[in-house]
Amino acid sequence: MNRAIVRRITPSIRTWRSTLKTFCSDTSEKLHGSHGDKAVTDSTDNVPQYDVAIVGGGMVGMALACSLASMPLTKHLNVAIIDSNPALLARDSIKKEDAPDPRVSTVTPATISFFKGMGAWQYVQLHRHAFFDRMQVWDYTGLAYTRYSARDVGKAVLGCVVENKVLQRSLLSCMEDSDVKKKIYPSRLNSMTLHKSSLISGTDSISSKPSGSLAKLNLSNGDCLYAKLVVGADGSKSHVRNLAGISTTGWKYPQNAIICTVEHTEDSRCAWQRFLRTGPIALLPMGDNYSNIVWTMDPQQAADRRSMNETDFLKAVNDALDDGHGPHPQSERMGGGGILAWLRSDETSSASEPFEVPPRITKLASDRMVFPLSLMHANNYVSKRVVLIGDAAHTVHPLAGQGVNLGFGDANSLSKVIAEGVAVGSDIGEMTLLKRYESERKAANIAMMAILDGFQKAYSIDFGPLNVLRAAAFHGVNYISPLKKNIISYASGEQRLPIFT
Amino acid sequence: MSPFRDPYSAKPFEGLKFVDVGCGGGILSEPLARMGATVTGIDAVEKNINIAQLHADLDPGTSSIEYLCTTAEKLVEEQRKFDAVLALEVIEHVAEPAEFCKSLSALTVSGGANVISTINRSMRAYATAIVVAEYLLHWLPKGTHEWSSFLTPEELVLILQRASISVQEMAGFVYNPLTGKWSLSDDISVNFIAYGTKNTE
Repeated sequence: MNRAIVRRITPSIRTWRSTLKTFCSDTSEKLHGSHGDKAVTDSTDNVPQYDVAIVGGGMVGMALACSLASMPLTKHLNVAIIDSNPALLARDSIKKEDAPDPRVSTVTPATISFFKGMGAWQYVQLHRHAFFDRMQVWDYTGLAYTRYSARDVGKAVLGCVVENKVLQRSLLSCMEDSDVKKKIYPSRLNSMTLHKSSLISGTDSISSKPSGSLAKLNLSNGDCLYAKLVVGADGSKSHVRNLAGISTTGWKYPQNAIICTVEHTEDSRCAWQRFLRTGPIALLPMGDNYSNIVWTMDPQQAADRRSMNETDFLKAVNDALDDGHGPHPQSERMGGGGILAWLRSDETSSASEPFEVPPRITKLASDRMVFPLSLMHANNYVSKRVVLIGDAAHTVHPLAGQGVNLGFGDANSLSKVIAEGVAVGSDIGEMTLLKRYESERKAANIAMMAILDGFQKAYSIDFGPLNVLRAAAFHGVNYISPLKKNIISYASGEQRLPIFT
Repeated sequence: MSPFRDPYSAKPFEGLKFVDVGCGGGILSEPLARMGATVTGIDAVEKNINIAQLHADLDPGTSSIEYLCTTAEKLVEEQRKFDAVLALEVIEHVAEPAEFCKSLSALTVSGGANVISTINRSMRAYATAIVVAEYLLHWLPKGTHEWSSFLTPEELVLILQRASISVQEMAGFVYNPLTGKWSLSDDISVNFIAYGTKNTE
């Protein structure tokens, strides 16, 4: 409990006396100057007050709002969502005949449980979504491959590929069906003021109002609102993070990613990823014979491949997935042989699966989009009355499909921390409460980011001995079952940290 | 109306009147007010009440707390009654603990709750709460506590019993120096808290 604070404040009468001397005169004057009663001017101030203001109505921001709406302790909170994206207010539904949007996310089983817990997964199921239960990873050297299967860990799926707009719309629908008090502000955040404690700024006239210590947000359309807690869910170029003065660490990757949707001849419940010399290419099944391609390469090549005509692009893609850039790995039917034979008894079923060639791509089904890639981590996730979640706090390389899942993990953790705060009557913008969220998520996020960055660096060097080392790693992971199970568990979000869990 | 309050409600104390005796800066009064209670905070030191009032005015959820610079005895003279009377870390600073408990009891409605927390008069408490907290770690100014004015749990139960309050539960607070966190425990050898109910007449 808060004993540490109780000890310092309540009995410390003597320490108070010395500090009070400096500003007590101001405050007592003010108290006598005011009409002496406690209900100070609030009625003339028509600025709306919210408990939580979520800046950014993307997938992660909406997930936080939806999670708060689904818990009994927090569903009475007033939530404001600030996002100028017109899609948030649009009432048109996503039609089945729409071509699949190339912006998709792979949601892990942990995220799927999070959605189910909020009651939002049922909305996702109404639209196109594709589960996959197998994954194959190999590289251009053709020396080795690894196959993962959900059955290795006794689960039914490894993940699900869903369009981002489906996720966002499902969360919005879930929130609208609940009776939470929320308001969507179709505007952008201009500036934010966080009032310091009135005990210091004794002459500040705002400080005597009940909203004196709340954060005040000014929006670009002139609207103004107060909030006890401001959540920055506004993406990697977070304005909230800049306004709160939180610095970041990170670097740009010398790579851009091309994403697009393609069609192929047959469906597979398998996700494919091949590491090429310049970066990995991933093929993620979306259902209905569609798949999403995420192809990382250096910026010049990305620009070229985006502007080349469709036929050439499809040929390049098929080469990248098939046997251009290097040979197919050989299927090891007998397992690792010799040195790894002693592990055979605990072998996972996927260890005996042969190498499969990914399906042939026949058509391009969407525009090609190019995004720059970078690693970014905010040095602090929290500041007085401000907390960052999702890409505003961290961005990662897409090579393992973890980015948005880290964001959903943040939203889940923050909503639980807010509920704990409400349960004991805390001020939800209080730093001690928010620090609990930060300590929980920072460790997990940094661990994942370090691993992904390690992979990105390991695969960006084409050097003989390193290639052999990577091939050995592939082999090792494929045949050492405890290692493979641990990797699947961690990537599925069931484990928070890669080891010690 | 259901006799049970919803533990998952965000305002479980809705409709109840609480008094926080020795409220200091309002550190207990504010969360209780946010949880729905109608809170009155009293303290004998006027500066504390001023600070508490200013801080409570910053949050609309706590600006309704009634802060008074007074003592428990004076409130009894005004014949105020409360559903729950809380006196955390107060009784070890009071000159007459038995009289103090009688005042707390007089403020409580029949069947109402009393929560008192204090420090045990034990050797361990001398070592930790006085030597370590005041002289080594400087968590408190020297001389904040007098070991001789601490009460043992048995003494507290006895004086509460004489004031018509039956102690139902007792627990201790322990500090984990590795995590820096306090937690509730069964160890009442240093800091302890007692929950009692006013006997029904």
